[in-house]
Amino acid sequence: MATETDASAAEPTLEKPTQPAGRPTPRSSWVRVAESFAMFRNRKSIAGLIIMAVFAVVAVFAPLIAPYDPLEKDYQSLRQAPSWHHLLGTTHMGEDVLSQIIYGTRGVLTVGLIAGVLATFVAVLIGVTAGYLAGWKSESLSALTNVFLVLPGLPLIIIVASQYDNPSIILISAVIAITGWAWGARVLRAQTMSLRNRDFVQAARANGEPLYRIITVEMLPNLTAIIASSFVGTVTAAVLGLTTLAFIGVIPITNLNWGTILFWAQQNGAFPDFWWWYVPAGLCIALLGIALSLINFGIDEYVNPRLRSAGERARAMRKKGLSATSGVTAVRMVDATPGEDGTSTSSKPAG
Amino acid sequence: MTTLDFTNVTKKYHVRGSGTLLALDDVNFSLTSGQTIALVGQSGSGKSTIAKILTQLERATSGEILLDGKPIPRRGRGLRRYRQQVRMVFQDPFASLNPYHTIRHHLERPLRLDHVVPKDQVEDEVYSLLERVRLDPASTIDRRPHELSGGQRQRVAIARALASRPSLLIADEPVSMLDVSIRLGVLNLLADLQRESNLGVLYITHDLATARHFSDEIMVLHHGVVVERGPSDDVILNPQHEYTLALRNASPDPDKHFAGPAESASTRS
Repeated sequence: MATETDASAAEPTLEKPTQPAGRPTPRSSWVRVAESFAMFRNRKSIAGLIIMAVFAVVAVFAPLIAPYDPLEKDYQSLRQAPSWHHLLGTTHMGEDVLSQIIYGTRGVLTVGLIAGVLATFVAVLIGVTAGYLAGWKSESLSALTNVFLVLPGLPLIIIVASQYDNPSIILISAVIAITGWAWGARVLRAQTMSLRNRDFVQAARANGEPLYRIITVEMLPNLTAIIASSFVGTVTAAVLGLTTLAFIGVIPITNLNWGTILFWAQQNGAFPDFWWWYVPAGLCIALLGIALSLINFGIDEYVNPRLRSAGERARAMRKKGLSATSGVTAVRMVDATPGEDGTSTSSKPAG
Repeated sequence: MTTLDFTNVTKKYHVRGSGTLLALDDVNFSLTSGQTIALVGQSGSGKSTIAKILTQLERATSGEILLDGKPIPRRGRGLRRYRQQVRMVFQDPFASLNPYHTIRHHLERPLRLDHVVPKDQVEDEVYSLLERVRLDPASTIDRRPHELSGGQRQRVAIARALASRPSLLIADEPVSMLDVSIRLGVLNLLADLQRESNLGVLYITHDLATARHFSDEIMVLHHGVVVERGPSDDVILNPQHEYTLALRNASPDPDKHFAGPAESASTRS
């Protein structure tokens, strides 16, 4: 009978002539773009994005925000503790640490962004292709991924970077990207393999959709969360890689970033006395790492709602007046009808 | 009038470790527009393999599929023309529609791919397709699959299959994932559409009752071999092969009643 209502509910409208004017307009592409950011619409992601936005603003408007030129030397005030003149103190050359941190944000974010974009591009290209294809093509792409997965990233970067006197930011980012795309590709391959056999992809194939449309229109939108999380992951790795390289002195000092500050601090015996020289840079690295992780946690929760912490669920239940420890199922008590055999009453302990 | 001939088709799968699996063994049948054939068999009997070969998602190991006497081109425009003629409704409406895309996208794509109607009429065609499957176009068109019920989704999947104006339709267990109460509605819709557009339907199922009700002919598949075929009533009422008999006896008989309800209720608790 439900079928009848199902069909007849639509029928009255069929009799009216459909007016083209009354038709809903298709969703604009902007609405669709906004919808694909749904994965960032949770508290963790938003917190991470806000921190990232602050860093981005600092990087873009560095010349306006920084009180001094980062490399301006003031030999009258060397290794000074924080004061109103130098909010985060000065280096052994009298440079303002705060200004160095502010300008350093630029280097960190630029390298992180370029490396993240490059690595994600390669990961999507190789991962999705390897997942969609089958047989030896897929296997060889997978083998390639595995090779890059076991490549020790940092030593490789050191070797490549030391071939150049003054490696450009693009080059550093490219090298970090080359060593960092493999994880993303691996995850994307697995996810694509499971998508490939889903009916909607098969249906698109049976309809005669060309391969490029199957991959870009039917499959990629369903992978956005994983691509985003892979991007965030590579940005984190790139930032850590860059600061490490700068700290150990592989990257020339002309590229100012938080790692370079740590490098100079270490070179000039700042540890442990001149804390204002190294603590802020370290904190910035940690803060950026936290922000990126928060974004990633948010995406994870969006992809898998079960990950939402048990505490949150308990809080929500308490709001509704339930106890998290008691059973969730409401048990309805039914009187056993007298006269019938007593075995149907569930209250009997004998069971 | 379109005729599809499935001649001497064999399909082998290579199974890692245990050699080859013979999924279809020399299967023959032909399907003409306007005709309904039910393909019955248990899971693993090769029903879905036939569907996959018909939609060319997989290729037969040997044998030929002829559409109006001509073999299917392996690729390119010829293959697309074949696919425009032979469409499939998938079993699971929860999996066969892309969760990311709207109903509009699902129905527009086949229209645009096969140039069924001029570009400026695509929207009108989408509306009329939705009306044909008894859905309200204005409220459905911009929804995503997850906003629709199972029955509504399967109607969309049927509309998608009809979009290219095929002459043959493969329905792979189109109602088995649906709620029992709406199965009949979807099946009746399929029957109506078939009559309207003189479709040839290959109705794949394991349900003998609906097979008998909706098809002219029943073909019973067992371990990749067609063990019995013939007019529906003959096959059901007078099964010749022991597997058909077993299938028939396995389906619940409405004339036989279970033991008294009070008795069963008390034993359950």
